[in-house]
Amino acid sequence: MSDPRIAGAGVTNFGKHPERTGRDLFAEAGLAALDESGVDPEDVESLYYGNFMGELAEHQGHQGPLMAEAIGLDVPATRVEAACASAGAAIREAVKTLRNGESEVVVVGGAERMTNIGTAAATDALAIAADDLYEVRAGMTFPGAYALMARSYFDQYGGSHEDLAHIAVKNHEHALVNEHAQIRKEITVEDALEAPTIADPLGLYDSCPITDGAAAAVLTTEEYAEEHGLDAPVAVTGTGQGGDNLALQDRPHLAQTPAADKAAEEAYGDAGIGADDVDFAEVHDCFTIAEVLAIESLGLYERGEGIAAARNGETTRHGDLPVNLSGGLKAKGHPVGATGVAQLATIAWVLDGSHPRADAVPDGTVGVAHNAGGTVASTTVHVMEVRE
Amino acid sequence: MTDQAPDGQYDAWLDSIEAGDGYYLECENGHGWLPPRRVCQQCHDRDLSRERLPDAGEIASHTTITVPTPQFEDDAPYVTAVADFGPVSVTGIVRGADPGDVAIGDVVGLEVGERATTGDRLVVFRPR
Repeated sequence: MSDPRIAGAGVTNFGKHPERTGRDLFAEAGLAALDESGVDPEDVESLYYGNFMGELAEHQGHQGPLMAEAIGLDVPATRVEAACASAGAAIREAVKTLRNGESEVVVVGGAERMTNIGTAAATDALAIAADDLYEVRAGMTFPGAYALMARSYFDQYGGSHEDLAHIAVKNHEHALVNEHAQIRKEITVEDALEAPTIADPLGLYDSCPITDGAAAAVLTTEEYAEEHGLDAPVAVTGTGQGGDNLALQDRPHLAQTPAADKAAEEAYGDAGIGADDVDFAEVHDCFTIAEVLAIESLGLYERGEGIAAARNGETTRHGDLPVNLSGGLKAKGHPVGATGVAQLATIAWVLDGSHPRADAVPDGTVGVAHNAGGTVASTTVHVMEVRE
Repeated sequence: MTDQAPDGQYDAWLDSIEAGDGYYLECENGHGWLPPRRVCQQCHDRDLSRERLPDAGEIASHTTITVPTPQFEDDAPYVTAVADFGPVSVTGIVRGADPGDVAIGDVVGLEVGERATTGDRLVVFRPR
């Protein structure tokens, strides 16, 4: 069983593009990925596409074939939905298809148009990833759900809003050179602490923005890449996915994300690596506390110790284990259905040296992507490694 | 949502709380669930019995939400909390307490209230 190669990737600029249709956003990213890959479009055999709220934001379901058409392909196309982990779940389908020999070339991607419906309606649309009966009807929003997790974390392990502010500061700083990032603005700890509260203890700078954008990648079998002389040094060597109860109330711990533990264990086992081998990670920091929970579930930190990582400088670009060199969801932006593939693109570009923050890990060979849906009721983890 | 079809066992569960007869579902191994639920996720037992919900629970975590969805626009700011009632935990809105005074470990009772914005029923926690 060979490991799929990342032949090319493309992302749109993330940000507010309310006038751009989802199909136009995905066309830009998908065509960029095809161009970078050097793959003949006639060789593409399937599309796996992540999207979460297309019905609500664009009154558009059945987006798989629409998006294949948008990038000039006539192939079986399937939309994958796992809330904010939709694109991560799409990657997993692509990897399985390539590994089992059904396809030699697959396009994987995702897109989300969100700002066209405004902040209130987007908040409402995002909330449907929670349990409608037991959470949404009790006023739960996604900032609210992560605020419950943050307060529980502080109660169990310690930590403060100031610790979370250091995560926001780090990710904003990382995004300064990312031309695709939605927010390229340096902030201070004081800025984060003084920002308006959304759901206490979380404030504006603990939360990722609402984003329009798309991401895509062309994955091929190792054999196809060799036969066609592709410049594709990065392989997806491990894939994992975990699940959990949809509602926080049905979980034994509010300050742990076992779906991510399970996904990481499976992905590391698949790749034959351990957490100690990871050189850098892109994790799903939809809220600052989510980065803490992610790096603990990935085994990069013990429970209760991830909270101090950014404050101590360990996860900054100058630290031993950089996290979210792209700026993360926090600053790069979070077009929900595209995020997992945008993470994959970042890792591929860091590993091949073409990312503007690649200098943070000049000898890096192993990157990990953590993509979480809802309050981490769905998580995918993918391991990517350099395979010359 | 009064002109829509009820949500089966969920609305029946709210009715039971309003009637002072709140319940949860329990499998033979003591795992608790809220309706609708046909099978225990932990042990796959399908013989779930209806048990009386404890009168009081403890707040496990809480947050004051200042940026709500449009369906809670007139309710904000409000405190959403998860409270531990023993075999099950429940999510609801805390009323009858200053948001700044709500704390983890607070003992609360469970009742059914009304959402200010839409008039829909909702789970309300009230300090005991």
